[in-house]
Amino acid sequence: MRYVARVEVRLRPGIADPEGATIERALPALGFDGIAAVSAGRAFRVELDADSKGAAESTAAALADRLLANPVIEESIIEVVEA
Amino acid sequence: MAPTVGVVVFPGTNCEHDVVAGIERLGGSARLVFHAESSLDGLDAVILPGGFAHGDYLRPGAIARFSPIMAAVSDFARSGGAVVGICNGFQVLCEAQLLPGALQKNRGLTFLCERARLRVCSTRSVLTSRASVGDELEVPINHFLGSYTCDLDTLRMLNDEERVLLRYLDNPNGSIDDIAGISNAEGNVVGLMPHPERAVTELLGSSDGVVLLASLLDAASLAVSR
Repeated sequence: MRYVARVEVRLRPGIADPEGATIERALPALGFDGIAAVSAGRAFRVELDADSKGAAESTAAALADRLLANPVIEESIIEVVEA
Repeated sequence: MAPTVGVVVFPGTNCEHDVVAGIERLGGSARLVFHAESSLDGLDAVILPGGFAHGDYLRPGAIARFSPIMAAVSDFARSGGAVVGICNGFQVLCEAQLLPGALQKNRGLTFLCERARLRVCSTRSVLTSRASVGDELEVPINHFLGSYTCDLDTLRMLNDEERVLLRYLDNPNGSIDDIAGISNAEGNVVGLMPHPERAVTELLGSSDGVVLLASLLDAASLAVSR
């Protein structure tokens, strides 16, 4: 079975996020009010073959942990759906 | 015999010749080592120079740490060999978990290319053994992801074990605790964002990098005599 994993990598809480802070400061200038807690990260889309959704999730978690995210400063959120 | 320093070249490394010139200027000999090689035999110290290893894709150092040479660099470091990562090389050593912490985007979100004033905070390393605590050095920086960060337990450990080697006098990039360079517990693996190889003669604006590279050559000479 083929699955699509979406891996969102974001900074851990407490790690300075100057990019998110800059975006947050820019938004009111465009007329967006009430914006808060903007954070910047990256998203990856990976297709993978696996026997089950659970197996696809654990593979996605492993590759996120070993390569896509730097666990020292980043954490990842994984969503898996059938392709 | 002059000690020989291996200078690792990844695809995208661009400071290797400056490092070689700096080492040779101080009487050492240097040899370029391509990242696809798997041996550091015959080398007395290793430098991972600056640049953009593997294009800095994903994160600086994230791909480089899987290059074949890195297994040899890890073995060399674990057996007590002197390993210094400069700028991108520092990022590679952190990604390879040979040093703690990580480098992230500069506080001001700008690429910084300027002189940085540093204070020597520990001489217990292969890069600072010839300096004295309190020495002030002017060494160029040239980076976008140079803001050193780590968790507070790690920071406490680095301070308690005198592993913060260099601090910025005017923190240019938001590094935690003004950190510009650190070492591992044994002091034989060092990472720093400033470029000592660009400060080896007054012609370049500063010769303050000499004490750092000369320290490394001392460590390399000890390896020769072992």
